Amino acid sequence: MTPVSTHPASPTVGLFVTCLVDLFRPSVGFASVALLEAAGCRIVVPPAQTCCGQPAYNAGASETAAELARNVIVSFENCDYVVAPSGSCAAMIRLHYPRLFRDDPQMKFRADAVSRKCWELVSFLVDEMHFEGLLNDFDGDVTYHDGCSGLRELGIRDQPRDLMGKIAGLDLRELSAPDVCCGFGGAFCVKYPQISQAMADNKIDDITATGADTVLAGDLGCLMQIAGRLQRRGSPVRVRHIAEVLAGMTDHPAIGETKES
Amino acid sequence: MTTARDDILNRIRRANGGIDRKNAPTSHPVPARALGDHAVLVGRFIDMAREAAAGISRVNHRSDIPMAISAFLAAENLAGEIRISPDPRLETLPWESAPDLSVSAGRARADDPVSVTPAFAGIAETGTLMVHSGPDTPNTLHFLPETHIALLSTEAIVGGYEDAWARLRARFERLPRSVTLITGPSRSSDIERKVQIGVHGPRRLHIVLIDGEEI
Amino acid sequence: MRSTSDRFPENAARALGDPTLRAALSRLQQDTRVGRPAILDRLPEFNAIRDAASDIRTHGLDHLDVHLEIFERNVQENGGHVHWCRTGDDACAAIHEICRARGAKLIVKGKSMVSEEIALNDYLLAQDLEVVETDLGEYILQLRGETPSHVVMPAIHLTQDGVSQTFRDHHDDLDAGRDLDEARNLTDEARDKLRGKFLAADIGITGANFLVAETGTAVIVTNEGNGDLTQTLPPVHIVLASIEKIIPTITDALSLIRVLARSATGQEITCYTTFATGPRRDGDLDGPEEFHVVLLDNGRADLLGGEFRDILRCIRCGACQSVCPVYGAIGGHAYGWVYGGPIGAVLTPAFIGLEGARDLPEASSLCGACADVCPVKIPIPDLLRRWRRRSHGQKLSPPRARWGLALWAWFASRPELYRPAARIAMAILHWAGGRQGRLHRLPFARGWTVSRDFPAPEGGTFMDQWRAK
Ligand code: SF4
Repeated sequence: MTPVSTHPASPTVGLFVTCLVDLFRPSVGFASVALLEAAGCRIVVPPAQTCCGQPAYNAGASETAAELARNVIVSFENCDYVVAPSGSCAAMIRLHYPRLFRDDPQMKFRADAVSRKCWELVSFLVDEMHFEGLLNDFDGDVTYHDGCSGLRELGIRDQPRDLMGKIAGLDLRELSAPDVCCGFGGAFCVKYPQISQAMADNKIDDITATGADTVLAGDLGCLMQIAGRLQRRGSPVRVRHIAEVLAGMTDHPAIGETKES
Repeated sequence: MTTARDDILNRIRRANGGIDRKNAPTSHPVPARALGDHAVLVGRFIDMAREAAAGISRVNHRSDIPMAISAFLAAENLAGEIRISPDPRLETLPWESAPDLSVSAGRARADDPVSVTPAFAGIAETGTLMVHSGPDTPNTLHFLPETHIALLSTEAIVGGYEDAWARLRARFERLPRSVTLITGPSRSSDIERKVQIGVHGPRRLHIVLIDGEEI
Repeated sequence: MRSTSDRFPENAARALGDPTLRAALSRLQQDTRVGRPAILDRLPEFNAIRDAASDIRTHGLDHLDVHLEIFERNVQENGGHVHWCRTGDDACAAIHEICRARGAKLIVKGKSMVSEEIALNDYLLAQDLEVVETDLGEYILQLRGETPSHVVMPAIHLTQDGVSQTFRDHHDDLDAGRDLDEARNLTDEARDKLRGKFLAADIGITGANFLVAETGTAVIVTNEGNGDLTQTLPPVHIVLASIEKIIPTITDALSLIRVLARSATGQEITCYTTFATGPRRDGDLDGPEEFHVVLLDNGRADLLGGEFRDILRCIRCGACQSVCPVYGAIGGHAYGWVYGGPIGAVLTPAFIGLEGARDLPEASSLCGACADVCPVKIPIPDLLRRWRRRSHGQKLSPPRARWGLALWAWFASRPELYRPAARIAMAILHWAGGRQGRLHRLPFARGWTVSRDFPAPEGGTFMDQWRAK
């Protein structure tokens, strides 16, 4: 399904902030707002939004997922776009919402409509808004992890690299396996912690081998997994959402750190 | 009592009953590398076969075949004892021109070290030979001896697998009992993924290519 | 085969603690990372052929009944026999009967995953028949009493040292001085041992990669040549294949062959691809006198009618296993039954029941790498979700997990309650994160903190801060 490609000059973007960003890292939400505004969007944040329902969907609880999806659909129907700073939540809305309402033609119609206008943040900025970046800079060697849903379900690979390439001073050191899962996988990481850890360790060995001082990704789930394991292993590598770097909002502490730590 | 056959077929019919049966695919894409004029395909066949660890010698006339075989065996330090397909085309080769070869014809026996067989076609796409079984071409010769020497006319080199099958269909009304696509000598990487050439099938596959002339 | 899929967590823990296995698996994953793109780069048409491959399989399944009948007729017209078997036991019995009628004693076998599925070797050994696996990997496993851990690289979990020890333990006549330090020498040792078996065997059993309806042909692909010796030398050739292996035409087979080896081993094509049609013909000097096809259902006709139909397209290339990061961490045996990795996580519950294999569809991050590489485009993550839906519906998942999910959903669908609760919870976590900004232990999330720190929230939710702006 190709999302709509014509948009008003200054479209109204409903920010689907995602539950992890809302709860754990509000600064990613503000970075997203800054980027979207710079790209010419008007931002609304529908207040009734909570979770996209993916945890329930992936746990096989489709009715529960449908219930949560309904809330998102109703909250965002009036926006020109729905944009989320997460490939995983955006893919849930874009690809899986329509499937949740196979037996309910009316809701299916509404789900399709929201699905078509849903985007992940970075790909939205590049592919739909033709955003050229903020001309900001970042002093550091970074590496980038491709989150699985964004990469495989939404085809996000070049867009973040495009925008990172426009940041002065940012030196991108590619992982040897940027597209291999970090082992987060939602509930998977707590249900099978040892397997998840083995996967995280591979990712972290890869990160460490690049010599980068900061690792970026577009999904807070992956980032918490990577940060949690890096820090447990005592690594000094910093972990941030790519939106923070793109928006030049890197004064505040990285994930799992404080000003003092 | 329903037989197992009927039971299985009935359950399949039930399962397929409600669905919208898909039509046969309209196209079977063929790779570009299976296309090209004949000279290009011959070159590609040679490159791909070598890549698959097959050896190649080229001769201009079928009468040169015995010498080419003799030279190959000498270079590999192998004895000149060869078992050939009981195929008139092979039996009539001027074997006397290579006196170091001792030649017998028939199916492969347990300790025949070297076989010489015709190849029905060469497939440029992957450097593959097509061989088949038959009274003149016993199948054991393709698999049992340590060294397999295949005779192939450049005229029998085609682009893709489909082209070789088309030739086969044109030649035989009834599909031979066994048709094999052979690409290089046998190998295994079952131990630590290290490629070992030569397992149960031949250790060496050598192709004698006859330029522009039938075998 | 007896399953240990119900002990998946223990199996996985054991696998994770085995450094030899971990090294072997990381070698496989590394090779796959390099080899796959290299081989696909050389075939720009790969995706188009892959689409065709998927369509061929779909079409074949949609008309499976028709093509099975055509296949049967063509086998018979060529002088072969077809044996229809509902269950694994029926197939074992049919094969035993063929052996008995010939007074057979020695059977050589080519690689066949279906034979693992129905535990054919155990059955035949119990009838006092000698059965010898001839694929190098399978032969090693037979000596060790193990099962394959990968569908195309059965002994991928072993090291060379392990293999050489196995030969020393089992080849009684082995000269103590024989150098088995090289993979080459090990291969030669196996070749020498198996030569005699091929020549003396009464029966050869192979699997089939495809069964071609239009000609009544069984297609097998191998690299070692063992499959060809198995189907050429003994007087009887038995093909054991499951019903979904049927494809309509030879041309279809050629398209599938173009994706099979590339996906399986990163080769352009395997060394041998053999199309076998019936027994030896008049005038032939070699080839089997009898040709039998044992067609096994074992639940597949029922799968065809349900929501797991897509999995029947599988051509057992093993690409999903080689690329899967979970398989790459724990290997195939941890899955506890014949098929490991993504394909196993879909198939095992279907064959042995979801109760005994509940963990398999859950133990996936749903990263989608499997579906990405599958040459017949099976949407594996979707199929895993379908099993999860059944688990959830049948309440097979642990009560704690169900309760956690329900509680979360309850709050999340009530924003007016969710917000204040989230505010409080995040405030506590933020405070608990202290000066470090992370937690080393979280009593209610031990699954997380056993191996990871828990990044504390920044403080204040986005929604609160946004509203306050
Ligand atoms: S599911 Fe697909 S990738 Fe996995 S073994 Fe089957 S055909 Fe190969």
